[in-house]
Parts: sequence; structure tokens; C-alpha cells
Amino acid sequence: MKVLVAVKRVIDYNVKVRVKPDNSGVDLANVKMAMNPFCEIAVEEAVRLKEKGVATEIVVVSIGPKACQEQIRTALALGADRGIHIETDAEVQSLEAAKLLKAVVDKEEPKLVILGKQSIDTDNNQTGQMLAALAGMGQGTFASEVVVDGDKVNVTREVDGGLMTVALNLPAVVTTDLRLNEPRYASLPNIMKAKKKPLDTTTPADLGVDVAVRLTTLKVEAPATRQAGIKVADVAELVDKLKNEAKVI
Amino acid sequence: MSILVIAEHDNSTLKPATLNVLAAAKAIGGDINVLVAGENCGGVAEAAAKAEGVSKVLVADNAAYGHFLAENLSGLVVELAADYSHILAAAGTTGKDFLPRVAALLDVAQISDIIRVEDADTFVRPIYAGNAIATVKSSDSKKVITVRPTGFDPVAGEGGSATVEAVSAVKDAGVSAFVGEEKAVSDRPDLAAASIVISGGRGMQNGDNFKMLEQVADVLGAAVGASRAAVDAGFVPNDMQVGQTGKIVAPQLYIAVGISGAIQHLAGMSDSKVIVAINKDEEAPIFQVADYGLVADLFEAVPQLEAELKKVL
Ligand SMILES: Cc1cc2nc3c(=O)[nH]c(=O)nc-3n(C[C@H](O)[C@H](O)[C@H](O)COP(=O)(O)OP(=O)(O)OC[C@H]3O[C@@H](n4cnc5c(N)ncnc54)[C@H](O)[C@@H]3O)c2cc1C
Ligand SMILES: Nc1ncnc2c1ncn2[C@@H]1O[C@H](COP(=O)(O)O)[C@@H](O)[C@H]1O
Repeated sequence: MKVLVAVKRVIDYNVKVRVKPDNSGVDLANVKMAMNPFCEIAVEEAVRLKEKGVATEIVVVSIGPKACQEQIRTALALGADRGIHIETDAEVQSLEAAKLLKAVVDKEEPKLVILGKQSIDTDNNQTGQMLAALAGMGQGTFASEVVVDGDKVNVTREVDGGLMTVALNLPAVVTTDLRLNEPRYASLPNIMKAKKKPLDTTTPADLGVDVAVRLTTLKVEAPATRQAGIKVADVAELVDKLKNEAKVI
Repeated sequence: MSILVIAEHDNSTLKPATLNVLAAAKAIGGDINVLVAGENCGGVAEAAAKAEGVSKVLVADNAAYGHFLAENLSGLVVELAADYSHILAAAGTTGKDFLPRVAALLDVAQISDIIRVEDADTFVRPIYAGNAIATVKSSDSKKVITVRPTGFDPVAGEGGSATVEAVSAVKDAGVSAFVGEEKAVSDRPDLAAASIVISGGRGMQNGDNFKMLEQVADVLGAAVGASRAAVDAGFVPNDMQVGQTGKIVAPQLYIAVGISGAIQHLAGMSDSKVIVAINKDEEAPIFQVADYGLVADLFEAVPQLEAELKKVL
């Protein structure tokens, strides 16, 4: 079966984010960018499905500026077969990303679509669910285990109370949580090979999707900073402070 | 304006987070209705009817909603949506699962995880793991919103007297089915609602050592949480993870034990009133946000803490 994976280019998770002085956004100039960590887990899961003989082809899609091709190439080096870049310099919000991915789903007809559960820049946690709704598919969000079984997929989900397993008809959408797998690193030979794998480019206009934003960011501020407090000498002092100064116990 | 709040519950009790979401609804202003969708959830509807500021409770009691499957719940909410300008749910794993589907089916953007209401179209939400706070204005005619419970003080859970009305619509999308669940059982307070939380990180070394934290928790009436590293290593289950991609907590007192204080962890607890850090590395970033820092080996400090607390409590 064909598996479609959506990968997003975001600020590297190790970078300390700074808000621009004019409060128009965060400073992305000369900042290290990377594949969204949840998308790495999505790619890894697809590759494992292929290694198990469940998946036959892995198509990876990214939406954004030209530079997104770096993340597509990374996914190809990790084992994806083919890339699709939906090129735009415009800000693409989750609903519009979902519509673009729906257009790709209509064309490619994958049996399984794997996305990250959340982009670590917007922290939206929406796109997979929106895509599933638009495509009329079932969804297994926050997945920690994915087992394809004939024309169904069983997805174990990380939920507030513990774990929950659902069975979905295929085609279906899965969004990854942290414990689904541990992504591998790309080897040098595979990075070289990835350069020759097919990568098609299209645009929102080609796909007939209007990406105009519905949410306008009025301002972006730095959070209130916490003052570092004091160091206590020992446990007795700590308990005394908690009881008599902070009065929280 | 009329606002639909979708109750968070487990078919028997109304989750306290619903009262925080109602506070966000109140800040938007307008007539507030609550939807209780579930199976054998009549008791939850009665509880919701007592919450402050609710005029009507809609109850959709059907097996299709028993496990809160997103495909079915979203169909139901979309069916009811015509009457409302705002649709709100708590940003827990249930709300995060079904509400984006509602937004997509209504062709509106979702505003995730709001912590403040500026006006009926404008909301404040953290982005980049809380390293930036964005104010966003929606141009959609309907607003679909998940609410971060710790951003809003709860409305009163008693004293209201809303009418309760059954909803007959049954939406079963037929594409998903519940197979099973592993529920964490604990006598301790719920992590999201506890007023004291003690969390352990990789420094705990193994799951057995978490018993030390549980013993302190029992003295304090606290909930026990964990860092991602402790969950990934299998020390404790996933539902204990605090952070950007786990649970967001803001207790009166948060005690971080053997946790370095990565930005993704801070994103889940830095709104706590008082933070205590116990770490043997005095350079650990957690000390930069801690009100009280103790540089010590946790294997000595935690048993001492238990003993010392027992003396004064
Ligand atoms: C996409 C993404 C999402 C993430 N989401 C989350 C999240 O939601 N929540 C989260 O917590 N993390 C999250 N992380 C992981 C985060 O970046 C850190 O890796 C993690 O928080 C580290 O956990 P830790 O502090 O327990 O471990 P470490 O960073 O290894 O720290 C262990 C600490 O224990 C101390 N220690 C060791 N032994 C002792 C001892 N005997 N006595 C006292 N102190 C001791 C050490 O000095 C050290 O400071 C996420 C990461 C990514 C990439
Ligand atoms: N611009 C994009 N390009 C490719 N995939 C995306 C894009 N935006 C979101 N996604 C996918 O949707 C997931 C969740 O994103 P979000 O809903 O923005 O938190 C990501 O992990 C990706 O898999």
C-alpha cells in the first residue's frame, strides 16, 4: 500500500526562540531550521512499514518555501521514495495545509497518511484531524503504536487518562506521538542516493486551494519571565520556606 | 452571541477543566450552552447544569459517543453549530482530537490552546513551546477554539440551574471503532487539577525509584508527574508527562526532582505559583525558574523531604 507522509520545516527544537523587538513575530533570520520532530517520527514509521512489507511506496509532501526541499530530501534519505513540494512563500495555516494535503490525497490515493501530531512552531495540533475530516477518513491521533491489519489499522493513542486503541477503516490518517518510534539517522550513502530520487513541485494555485489566512497575528510578545529565586541550604530550610514564606503547604 | 462549550467528562463525572472553559466562554460574553455527548452520561449533564453561567445543557446520550470518537463527535457538533458563534472545548486529548475536525467541516480555522480572551474575535495563545505569546484575530464568522484550562480561573461548579434538553441526532461516521483502553488508576489527585505536583525526570534512574516521589506525594496530597525522558525510558506511563507536548499544569506548588529544565518541560509547568527544584547539578536550567532550589543528590534529599514534611504537616 501507498503511504503519504507530511513533513514540515520548522525552527530546530534546540534553538532558543527570540521575539522580534517590533513584536511582529519571532526572529527566524539565520536560525537553524529542521524537520519538525513529530514529522521525523512519521517518516520513520512509514519506513518501518515498508521494511515490514506493509507499505510499498512512501510519498513525502511538504508545503512552504523552496527551502522545504531540504526536509523532503532528508525524508528521501531516510527511506521515502518520492517527494512532492507544494511551493509557496505565503504563510500557510493548518486548515489550508489540510486542504492542500487533501488535494494530494485525492491524486495519490494513499491507504495511510501519517503526519506529526503537532508543529513545534505554531503548536497547533490540527492539520491531521482537519485532513481526515476533509477526506472523510478516520483518524488515529497521538499514536504510540500503529498496526495495519488487512483493510483496517489499529492505532494505540496516548490520551490524558492513559492509552486508548481504535480500529480505523483504511484509508486513514495517523498523527504521531513521541513514543511511536525512535527515528534513525540518514547514512551518507543514503543522503547521496536521495539526491536522485524524484521530487515534483506544484503550487497551491495548481491544486486549486486558496491559502489566504483566516487568523491574523496582531502581535507576538515574549512571555513574562520568572525570576530565579533562592538556593536553600538543605531540606529543612526548604520545608520551612514552603510553609512559612510561600505558604503553599 | 451564543457559545457552545463541549463538556469534558468520562460519562460519570464532569471534568473540572470544563469549568475553566466556561470561564473563557464567560470572558467572550453571550448565552452559554453546554453539550454533554457520551453514553449513560445523564449524571454529567446534571452536574453541568449546576455550573455558573450556563443557560442550557444539551445531552447526546448514545453508544456512538461513548468513547468520544472524533469522527462521530465532530459530526454531532457540526450538526448543532448553526446556532452558535463560538464553539469551545478544553485543550485535552479529547478536545484536540475532535475539534479540528469540526473546524475543517465548518471551513473555519481553529484557534488552539488560548490562554486569554481579548474580545469576541481576538485571542491570546502561546506558540513555540511558550517562548512567544501571540495575539491572533479571526476573520471567520464562527470561532472554533480549544482552551488551555490553566489560563482561566474556573467558574463556580454549583449554584446554576440550566435547563437540560436531549439531542436526538445520532452521528456515527462508521469509519472508526473503539478497541480498548489502558486507564491509569491512581488514588492521587488528577495531574491537571492537583494543587501540588511532584515530578521526576531522568535523574530518578528507574520506575521503582518513583515510589520515593509517591510517598512524598501522599504526604502532600499531590499528583505525580514526569519529564519526557522519564516517560521515554519507561519509568512511568505517558499520561504523566508534563510539557509542551504533554500535560500543562499550573499548581500552587511544583516540585521538579532530577529534571534538567528543558524548554519543552518548562512549557508545561512554568505558570506554577511556586517552583521547587532538586537537582545535583547547580548549573541545571531548572534553577533559573525555581523559587527555591536545592542542589543535592535526590536519593538523599527526597527521603529527607518526606521525613521533614511529616514533621510539619
Ligand atoms: C518535539 C519535542 C517535544 C518534547 N516534549 C517534551 C515534554 O512535553 N515534556 C518534557 O519534559 N520534555 C519534552 N521534550 C524533551 C526535552 O527536550 C528534554 O529532553 C527532557 O525534558 C529532559 O528530561 P529530564 O530533565 O528528565 O532529563 P535530563 O535532561 O537528562 O536531566 C536529568 C537531570 O537530572 C539530574 N540528576 C541526575 N541524577 C541526579 C541525582 N542523583 N540527584 C539529583 N539530580 C540528578 C541531572 O543533573 C539532570 O539535570 C520534548 C522534546 C522534543 C524534541
Ligand atoms: N506546511 C506544512 N507542510 C507539510 N506538512 C505540514 C505542514 N503544516 C502542517 N503539516 C503536518 O501537520 C502536522 C501537524 O501540524 P499542526 O497542525 O500545524 O500542528 C505536522 O507535523 C505535519 O505533519
